[in-house]
Amino acid sequence: MSNEGKMDCGRRRLVVATAAVGGAGAVAALVPFVSSLLPSERAKAAGAPVEVDISKLEPGQMMTVEWRGKPVWIINRNKDMLETLPKLADAVADPKSDKKMQPEYCKNDTRSIKPEIMVVVGICTHLGCSPSSKFKKGAEEGMGGDWMGGFLCPCHGSTFDFAGRVYKNKPAPDNLEVPPHVYLTDTRILIGEDKKGA
Amino acid sequence: MAAGNFEKYKSDGSLGGNLLEWVDARFPATSMWKGHLSEYYAPKNFNFWYFFGSLALLVLVIQIVTGIFLVMHYKPDAALNANGVPVAFASVEYIMRDVPGGWLIRYMHSTGASAFFIVVYLHIFRGLLYGSYRKPRELTWLFGVGIFLCLMGEAFFGYLLPWGQMSFWGAQVIVNLFSAIPLVGQDLSIIIRGDFVVGDATLNRFFAFHVIAFPLVLLGLVAAHVLALHETGSNNPDGVEIKANKDENGIPRDGIPFHPYYTVKDIVGVVVFLIVFSAVMFFAPEGGGYFLEYNNFFPADPLKTPPHIAPVWYFTPYYSVLRAMVWNFFGLEAKFWGVVGMGASVVIFAFLPWLDRSPVKSIRYRGPIYKTMLTIFVICFFILGYLGTQPPSFWGEKISQVCTLFYFGFFLAMPWWSRMDKFKAVPDRVTMK
Repeated sequence: MSNEGKMDCGRRRLVVATAAVGGAGAVAALVPFVSSLLPSERAKAAGAPVEVDISKLEPGQMMTVEWRGKPVWIINRNKDMLETLPKLADAVADPKSDKKMQPEYCKNDTRSIKPEIMVVVGICTHLGCSPSSKFKKGAEEGMGGDWMGGFLCPCHGSTFDFAGRVYKNKPAPDNLEVPPHVYLTDTRILIGEDKKGA
Repeated sequence: MAAGNFEKYKSDGSLGGNLLEWVDARFPATSMWKGHLSEYYAPKNFNFWYFFGSLALLVLVIQIVTGIFLVMHYKPDAALNANGVPVAFASVEYIMRDVPGGWLIRYMHSTGASAFFIVVYLHIFRGLLYGSYRKPRELTWLFGVGIFLCLMGEAFFGYLLPWGQMSFWGAQVIVNLFSAIPLVGQDLSIIIRGDFVVGDATLNRFFAFHVIAFPLVLLGLVAAHVLALHETGSNNPDGVEIKANKDENGIPRDGIPFHPYYTVKDIVGVVVFLIVFSAVMFFAPEGGGYFLEYNNFFPADPLKTPPHIAPVWYFTPYYSVLRAMVWNFFGLEAKFWGVVGMGASVVIFAFLPWLDRSPVKSIRYRGPIYKTMLTIFVICFFILGYLGTQPPSFWGEKISQVCTLFYFGFFLAMPWWSRMDKFKAVPDRVTMK
């Protein structure tokens, strides 16, 4: 701008200062917009626990309830189902449930409080599809001949056993998540909370 | 030839002439008309492949107009109505059954989405055939890649809106992909969803992106694409620069005014296109389950994934690339590399102008290597696309891995193989075939 090749340093400083203040203002203006994209207070509060009555759940049956918008399965495992678990210790990726995909009180061989009642979030740890139940042994439901029963994720083929443990070399990295839960009575479960009456 | 120093309009004394003179003194009406249409000189040897740019513009108009009318009846609400059906899903049913002509407008919009991708894929393929991305048209190409990305976003956001089973679970899978990004992934996917699960917040923001944000960006990019093209002038099937040979008036000897010559020619393309478009729209709007997936006629159920989910056909090649990545590298999960591969398979098109080192532009003067490579690339693209519609299988995975290798090989090895070819001499003037 200066015709003689000389720069008016005072003006230049003012230009830089003005641009910097304007830029800071523009960045600050982003804050409300970005924060509005975060989950709202209502969404954060929507995690209320769910009470379930399992008195009508026969051995070998499964029921699904909704908790925080996700399916939670409650499976009343019969003897056959429970017997498959120790046999699969070599076939699943995390047989001892070392990764923190369950509360401490479910870090055991059956991943449950009561051995027969499995409570687990029915969302595949790969990309979030809900696996379908393939309870029958063998090839009857389109699985391999050595299938011991469990779950198959329809999206990318991950397989899980009756304790929600993922088989080795499958896309899903972790076992299915066991939600915090507590028995209010022998047949009533509270899903989403650990402590009675809390 | 860009809009520029055209003389202002001088009235012939008539009322219309006076009005035009008045406007032209205040707005560059004449110079825009001449610069972009009546005195924009396009090569005279355009062939079949040159219909798809203007057709893409036509589909864009169809999508915008039908979209505006759909928004008048559609409700982005995931809550259940009195009948236990999500309001969004029910509002689409309402459009299909109760709104007069609503079914037609919706089928125009859904057929238009697939038509958009067909037309754009053919338009991109034209670029590969004749080297349209080469210097000096790199920016036109980059704006084009931007349009393509934007279009994919539009399609993805729009697909959630009917709130059917495929809408829901498709969005669930794609949003979860972002959670594979190390460190920021989990937070990023929550910001995209606006909730910890795909829900009402997700539906509403996707609606905002689909009807406002992305269309605005798309229109801006389309304008930039056309302006950049008109700055350099169009390429042609011979890859000859027509501006290199001008007559005494400064007009390219091989150029003809876009209007009326190509506007009229494009009308023929439009008519043929609309015949095919209408046939699909009226007789097969579901496109055999490829344009509208059958599972999407069930309302979204967050508790149950359909037994087989696949993206809509235009995403399946990239989806196959995603599924082909099954190895952990550098301590990062295969899931993350799948996302990287999927993103790279789209963005890599942007680098074509700098990857291609051949001395000629058009396939007409290239040798067997380019023809072979392009054929393999197209075949791999189709195989990947087919496999993406299929459930995961052992052989499907192996084949998609091989195709993914060729897909990226086509681009990444191009600096070497594009130079090795045998070339024919390029003529000085365009040829008419």
